[in-house]
Amino acid sequence: MEHDGISTAKVTVRVNGSSQSAAIDTRTSLLELIRQHVGLTGTKRGCNQGACGACTVLIDDQRVLSCLTLAVQADGREVTTIEGIGDTTQLHRLQSAFIDHDGFQCGYCTAGQICSGVALASEAAAGVPSVVTDDLHADEVDLSLAEIRERMSGNLCRCGAHNGIIAAISEVYGS
Amino acid sequence: MNMVQRATEALNRTLPDRAVDPLSTARRVVGQAVSRLDGPSKVTGGATFTADIDQPGLAYASMVPSRVASGRIRHIDVTRAANAPGVIDVITHHNAPAMDTPVLMTLTAKGCAFTDVAPLQDDVVRWNGQAVAVVVAESQECADSAARLVDVVYDAAPARTSFRGLLSEAVFPADVLGEPSEVSRGDVEDTLSQAAFVVDEVYTTPPHHHMAIELHATMAQWSPGDKLHVWDSTQALGRTRHSIAHAVGVPEENVTVTCRAVGGGFGNKTVWDHQLLCVAAARVTGRPVRLVLRRQDVFRMTGGRAPTWQRVALGAAPDGHLQALVHDSVTGIVHENSPEQVSVPARHLYASDTYRIGQKKVVLDVVPNASMRAPGDSVGSFALESAIDELAGHLGIDPIELRSRNEPAVDPTEGTRFSKRHLMEAYRRGAERFGWPDRNRVPGARRDGRWLVGHGTASAFYPYIRMPGGKARIRITADGHAVVTAAANDMGMGTETVQVQHAAERLGLPLDRVSFEFGDSTLPDSPIAAGSAQTASLVITVAQAAEELKKVLLRRAPRHSALHGLKPADVVFRDGGLYRVSDPAQGVSFETLVGEVRHVDAVGSSPMLPLEFMKYSMHGYGAHFCEVRVDATTGETRVSRWVACIDAGRIINPKTAASQIRGAVIMGIGSALMEEGLVDSRAGRTVTASAADYHMPVHADVCDIDVSFLDIPDPLTPMGVHGVGEIGIVGVAAAIANAVHNATGVRVRDLPITLDKIIDGGAAR
Ligand code: FES
Ligand code: FES
Repeated sequence: MEHDGISTAKVTVRVNGSSQSAAIDTRTSLLELIRQHVGLTGTKRGCNQGACGACTVLIDDQRVLSCLTLAVQADGREVTTIEGIGDTTQLHRLQSAFIDHDGFQCGYCTAGQICSGVALASEAAAGVPSVVTDDLHADEVDLSLAEIRERMSGNLCRCGAHNGIIAAISEVYGS
Repeated sequence: MNMVQRATEALNRTLPDRAVDPLSTARRVVGQAVSRLDGPSKVTGGATFTADIDQPGLAYASMVPSRVASGRIRHIDVTRAANAPGVIDVITHHNAPAMDTPVLMTLTAKGCAFTDVAPLQDDVVRWNGQAVAVVVAESQECADSAARLVDVVYDAAPARTSFRGLLSEAVFPADVLGEPSEVSRGDVEDTLSQAAFVVDEVYTTPPHHHMAIELHATMAQWSPGDKLHVWDSTQALGRTRHSIAHAVGVPEENVTVTCRAVGGGFGNKTVWDHQLLCVAAARVTGRPVRLVLRRQDVFRMTGGRAPTWQRVALGAAPDGHLQALVHDSVTGIVHENSPEQVSVPARHLYASDTYRIGQKKVVLDVVPNASMRAPGDSVGSFALESAIDELAGHLGIDPIELRSRNEPAVDPTEGTRFSKRHLMEAYRRGAERFGWPDRNRVPGARRDGRWLVGHGTASAFYPYIRMPGGKARIRITADGHAVVTAAANDMGMGTETVQVQHAAERLGLPLDRVSFEFGDSTLPDSPIAAGSAQTASLVITVAQAAEELKKVLLRRAPRHSALHGLKPADVVFRDGGLYRVSDPAQGVSFETLVGEVRHVDAVGSSPMLPLEFMKYSMHGYGAHFCEVRVDATTGETRVSRWVACIDAGRIINPKTAASQIRGAVIMGIGSALMEEGLVDSRAGRTVTASAADYHMPVHADVCDIDVSFLDIPDPLTPMGVHGVGEIGIVGVAAAIANAVHNATGVRVRDLPITLDKIIDGGAAR
C-alpha cells in the first residue's frame, strides 16, 4: 500500500495476549510499533542498532531485539513485552528478585534485562548451549553464574547493576 | 586565586565550625538497606522517561551532522529533504530562530552547557558531527529518512584534532576549577635528580564516552504568551531551565522543565545543542516536537572525557619517604571548557618534601568535552597510583606500607586540616577482606593453567562538594504524612529513596508516612546532580525546612497543649509529632497540630555558601583491591576478584550506595581494559560511535564486587554524609594496571590495557 508517498502495510500482532492491528509505515520497527502504535513504553530504545539489548522482547517466547525486527516480521505472532511479564500488583518472581538484589539503578536497561532473563531460562531448559557450555548434547543446561553472565552479555547496563542482575537471575533460575 | 578569594579564605578560617548535625549517628531509618522505592515501577516498565511522553499533534525531529571538523557551509540545499514524504519543515542557519549563547557550566553560574556557541546561528562548523540542520516530520521514520537528503557543501578548513600531535602547544589554563593551574614547593627537579629511588614516567588516557543507555531525549511545546514546556532527560533541572530560557530569550518563569526519570547521566545529561534545536523546531512549526538523539549523535554531538597526557615523577629515600612529587599534565579540550582536573588527587593524597603539580590544556576542534564520572580524578589517579606502585616495586616496600609512610598530617598543598581522613583504615579493612597477605609478591610468579595471576591495589579519592543554593518544602498533611518536595534529579542514584529515608529520620516518622515529589521545575529549585553533591545539598535544605516546620507547627499548638509557648529549640520531632526535649512524654501529634486545615508547610533553603571547604580539606577516600588473570599466550585480561572499602562519611542507604560504588568500579574496569574513543585525526570524526564499537564491560566481564563502607560521619557535613557516585571509579584503572604488572611483569602506561600492549611488553609466552 502507498499512502502520501509512504509505503504502508497492515499488521496484526498479539501483544501480551491482546490482538493489535495497525496500518504502519513499512519502515517501522517492532520496537516503534510497540511504543508508538500500541502505546506500551516499557520497552526502551538504547541504540536502534542491535547493540545494547534495551529493546529486548519475546516473540513466541524467544527473545529478539525489537529495534532490529521490522514490525511486519511480527505479523501474526505473539509478542510479550515487560508489561506482559508482570505488573506492580502482581510482580513476576524475577521482577521481585531484581528489586531485592538492587538489579538496576536508572532502570532504563531493566525491561530488556528481565525479558532476556526470562527467555534464557527457557533456552537453557531446552538444552540450547552457549559458548561456555561444556556438554553440548545435554537435554538441559544448568545455569551456573558463568552461563548466566555469558547469556546476558547482549544486554548492556551502564549504571553497572551487573552484580544485582546476575544475582537475581541466579536466585530464580540458577543451578 | 585572586585577592578577594584569599581575603575570603583568611576570614573564613576564623569563623566557627558548623554544629555537628545531631542526625549524624541516628540509625532508625538512615543507615538501613532499604530497597528502592521506585523499584516496582522500574521493573515493570512503568517508570516514565522523557521519550515515553506523548503529546497530541507530536512532531518528530532528526538532526543532520556536519561531515567536516572545521570550516564553513558553502551551500546547503534542503529541497530534496523538504519534499520527502511526511516532512513538515527543515531548519538550517538560514531560517533558525535567533538564539543567545548557552550559559556554560560552572560552580556558581546557573548554566549547564559545555559550549557557549548556540546552534544554527551561522555557517561556521566547529566540530565534526555538529548539527547543521534539523528535519521535522510527522514520524520518526520520515524525519530520519529525510535527514539523509539534506545536501551540504562545505569549505573545509584545517582542523586541530590530534591531541597527541599538538602536545607541544599546551598552555596553562587560567585556573582549574577555581584553583591555581599549578602549585609547587621547593626545587622539585633538583630534589628528584638527587633522590635514591626515582620513578619518572609518562601515562596517557584516551577520550571516554559516558554511553548512558538512555538516548538523550527532549520534547518541547510552546503555548500562548511565550510559555514553553520542555520535557528533558537532564541531570540539572534548574540549570537546564535557566540555560534554555537564556538562549531562547524568554523570562525564566515562562519555562517549565519536567524530568522524572533519567536513564543514566554520569555527567553527560546536561544542555547540548539538541535541546535548543528541539525548542527552535517547536517554535518554527508551532507543534510539540520530540527530539531523541541517535546513538551516533550521542557520540558526536555530546562530549565525553578529554584525552590526557601525564608525567608523574617521584623521588624517594630508601625508607620510602617521598622527597619529590611531579605531576605535570595536559588535557585536550575546546577553548571555552574547563580542563579535566587530573591534577587534583596529587594535590591531596601524599606528603612530599617538594612538589610541582599542575596541568595545561591543548585546544582542539572537537565536540566539547564534558564532565564524566569523577572528571580528572579518575584518569589522574591512573597515573599517580600507577607511579606509586612502581615506586613501591623499586623500593621493595609493600605499596600499602609506602602509602602509610607518606600519609600527610595536614592537606599537603593547602595546609588545611582534614575534616576526616580514614584512608589507612580503608586499606586495613580492605586488605583483610581481600586477603592481601596472600597476594602474589613477585611479578609473573603465580600461574594457574594458562592464566598468569596478579594482585593490585590503589587509592580511591574524591572531593566533598556541596552545591550552593537550593530549596525544599515539607508539607504535613491532615493525616500526619510528610510530603517533601524539591526539583531534584534522579539518574538512577536512588534520590527518592534516600531523601525519604532522611526525611523520615529527621521528622520522626516511619518510612511509609513520607513521600518525596521531584522532577519538575515548578517545585522548589535544587542544585544540579553533579560532583556527587546532590545528597548533601538536598539534605541541608530539607533539614532547614524541618527547622522552619517546627516554627509553623508550634504556632498552631493549642493553648492547653504541652507545646504551647515553646521555642523550636525546646522541641524534637519524634513518633509522628513534636515532643518536648525536657520531658519526652509531653508532645502533640502532627494530626492534632495540622488540625482542620488540609496541610501545613514550610520551606527551607540552603543556608550559606559551602565555606567549610575553604577552612578544611574535605575529601572521601577508599582502597581498591583486585585480582586479574592474564592469558599467558594471548594477553587477554580478566578481572576475577574485587574489593572496595570506602571512606565516604555516613552512608544513608548501604544497598543503593554499594550499587553506586559497584557501577563506578565497573566503569573503571571499562576504562582500564577496553574503553577508547577513537578520533580519525584527518577528518576529526569520532569513529567509535556505536555501542558495538565503543566497548564497555558486559556481564561476562564483571565479577562479584565486594563493597564495604567505613560509615564514619564527617562532623562538618549535613548528617555526616559525603557523595558516593564518583569516588568508586577513582583508582580502579591503576589497581588493574598494578595487578597486570604483578601478574605479568609488564607495566602498561597507556589506557586501555589491551592484549597487544601486554604482548608487546613481553609478557606472553
Ligand atoms: S535498542 Fe535494540 S539493541 Fe539497542
Ligand atoms: S540500570 Fe541504568 S543502564 Fe542498567
